[in-house]
Amino acid sequence: MNKLIMTTALVAAGAAPAFAQVSDDVVKIGILNDQSGVYADFGGLSSYEAALMAVEDFGGTVLDMPVEVITADHQNKADIASNIARQWYDTEQVDSIMELTTSSVALAVQALSNEAGKVTITTGAATTELTGAQCAPNSFHWAYDTHALAVGTGGALVEQGGDSWFFLTADYAFGYSLEEQTSAFVTSQGGTVAGSVRHPLTNPDFSSFLLQAQASGAKVIGLANAGLDTQNAIKQAAEFGITQGGQQLAALLFTLSEVHGLGLEAAQGLSLTESFYWNRDEASAEFGNRFFERTGVMPNMVHAGTYSAVLSYLKAIEAAGTDEASAVSAKLKELPVDDVFAQGGTVGANGRLIKDVYLMQVKAPGESDIAWDYYNVLQTIPGAEAYLDPAESGCPLVQG
Amino acid sequence: MSGATHTPAAAQTTTFGNAGALRIVMMVVILGLLLAAPFFLYPIFVMKLLCFALFAAAFNLLLGYTGFLSFGHATFFGGASYFTAYTVKEWGVSPEIGILIGVVGAAALGLVMGLIAIRRQGIYFAMITLALSQMFFFYCVQSGWTKGEDGIQSVPRGHLFGLIDLSNTTNMYYFVLAVFLIGVAIIYRFVNSPFGMILKSIRENEQRTVSLGYAVDRYKLGAFVMSAALAGLAGGLKSLVFGFATLTDVTWQMSGEVILMTLLGGIGTMIGPVVGAGIIVTLQNELATSDFPVTIITGLVFMACVLLFRRGLVGEFYASRLGRKLGFRPEQ
Repeated sequence: MNKLIMTTALVAAGAAPAFAQVSDDVVKIGILNDQSGVYADFGGLSSYEAALMAVEDFGGTVLDMPVEVITADHQNKADIASNIARQWYDTEQVDSIMELTTSSVALAVQALSNEAGKVTITTGAATTELTGAQCAPNSFHWAYDTHALAVGTGGALVEQGGDSWFFLTADYAFGYSLEEQTSAFVTSQGGTVAGSVRHPLTNPDFSSFLLQAQASGAKVIGLANAGLDTQNAIKQAAEFGITQGGQQLAALLFTLSEVHGLGLEAAQGLSLTESFYWNRDEASAEFGNRFFERTGVMPNMVHAGTYSAVLSYLKAIEAAGTDEASAVSAKLKELPVDDVFAQGGTVGANGRLIKDVYLMQVKAPGESDIAWDYYNVLQTIPGAEAYLDPAESGCPLVQG
Repeated sequence: MSGATHTPAAAQTTTFGNAGALRIVMMVVILGLLLAAPFFLYPIFVMKLLCFALFAAAFNLLLGYTGFLSFGHATFFGGASYFTAYTVKEWGVSPEIGILIGVVGAAALGLVMGLIAIRRQGIYFAMITLALSQMFFFYCVQSGWTKGEDGIQSVPRGHLFGLIDLSNTTNMYYFVLAVFLIGVAIIYRFVNSPFGMILKSIRENEQRTVSLGYAVDRYKLGAFVMSAALAGLAGGLKSLVFGFATLTDVTWQMSGEVILMTLLGGIGTMIGPVVGAGIIVTLQNELATSDFPVTIITGLVFMACVLLFRRGLVGEFYASRLGRKLGFRPEQ
């Protein structure tokens, strides 16, 4: 009798992986982001391609079940995103939603996924709220956040000699918080803030603000704004000859895609922080070229981050032996993240991927010898410095 | 109204029965479909559709029946969604009180905007409403309580009257449907009241209405505030359906979208804005997964509508031979 029980137990144990728990016999990942609006280049359909690449690189199946990636355009509207996300979970058997550009969308989808017991991995949105006060047990923030950008551009640039700052700040909450966080790192590194000027959102004419910045004599002009405002400010600064006059521009939220849009002529000399650069080492260049063949653009940190997020998610499913959200989340937090995007990355209890970020400077047109070769990596900022300590993030899941 | 020489109702009785009876049959069919909708359509989607339909119907109250093109209705829709979301989340009020606060807040905003805007007409009226709604948008972007571009998130739906649990999707659906029907009933009653008749006469000939002794400014303001309050009802409801209030609902694009919905469906018809809202919301939802940019398609639909159906889909149907035969009369 005992023997029988033993055998049964052994058979059951041996059979366990074969009966691995994958809901609906498919692992489905949804890439939800802006594909027609202002962030279409920042993330967009290229992020979907990045996710497909990750699935192919993983082998196309996990626990012998097929992996499927679907995508939708949330048009930067939280209600559309929320509607699609619910529909995906309820009727399309989606197991996880990723990318989620725009903070209002990311927060909304994260909250409803938490209710539905599903995993989200945000790569496109910047807000630290995702892993702060509004953190959730099955939600992760992968590519970057405002804190890392402020540390990278604010703190590290001072070390590079840019020790006096003047801010051009977008006149709303996002701009203030970027300015405030960055100023804190500038002063903590021994730098000074000469002043700041606030400009309205989507401002077409920066001339008077740039003249003030020029007159301040600060070494660095920090652009605490985003998107079109940053692009306009950089273009007009080039027309004013600000960088030729010895001042340096530092963008707080700017990626390779936007640099490509502006062109090196206007963007040269600009400092910025990204967590990925395709031409940083051999592995990243290999990934970059493969990505380029499929999409016609080189990946920025959102694209590479999405690739890494999908890959890590699949690895976690394999390690957990199931696609059940809390088991997968536990594995995601446990396993180190080692891929083309992150080397030796760890995931905090608040869901934050902690990995190195890089302070970059945009090359002059003459320095760039191959297409899309836009950055000099000035400095590597270790993840532990770049990101908030999970215990101090304000996330209720972390015992402080 | 058209000054037809023969009464259409009398003519119709011989062919298809009178229009009144047909309308009742139509209403019963629509009501039946709405009651059954959550069983064969996605409930959250239908709820969203109902919110936008109510919003468009409220907008049509002003554009269709008073002739004022407001380019600032997002203020009331989005403003109310912020008020409701904030009071429900931060003050812990029950959902019906939260929605009421949203409606009152939207009406107050409507009073302020209306007092300034109704002094002018046509393009000037539209520009004033646009300017004021942009002011409100920037206020929402900057002020702390709206949480800027993060929006107010994770708003609990709570219990209706402390009894019915609205986090249950079916309960929420019938609550939304009830509010929608009440809203539409109010609009119907309003439009067909003596007050509504005076509004139509202001639309047709303001000078003559003044000469008849009506204080037209008061009527215009009344219609504006009413429209704002009902738009607020839709906005407050929407914030509960989704559990958040974000900047999307106060942008000028939202004001444009509601104009698009109303024009597409048919100005000055009861059912037109509802149909228009249905089409736009469905397009946004269905095209989200297509490779083609959504905004281009909605733009093309709008162009086609303006070029081919000047009265909107429902308006065109009413004006068509079949529509006339069935006893519908096109507006104007």
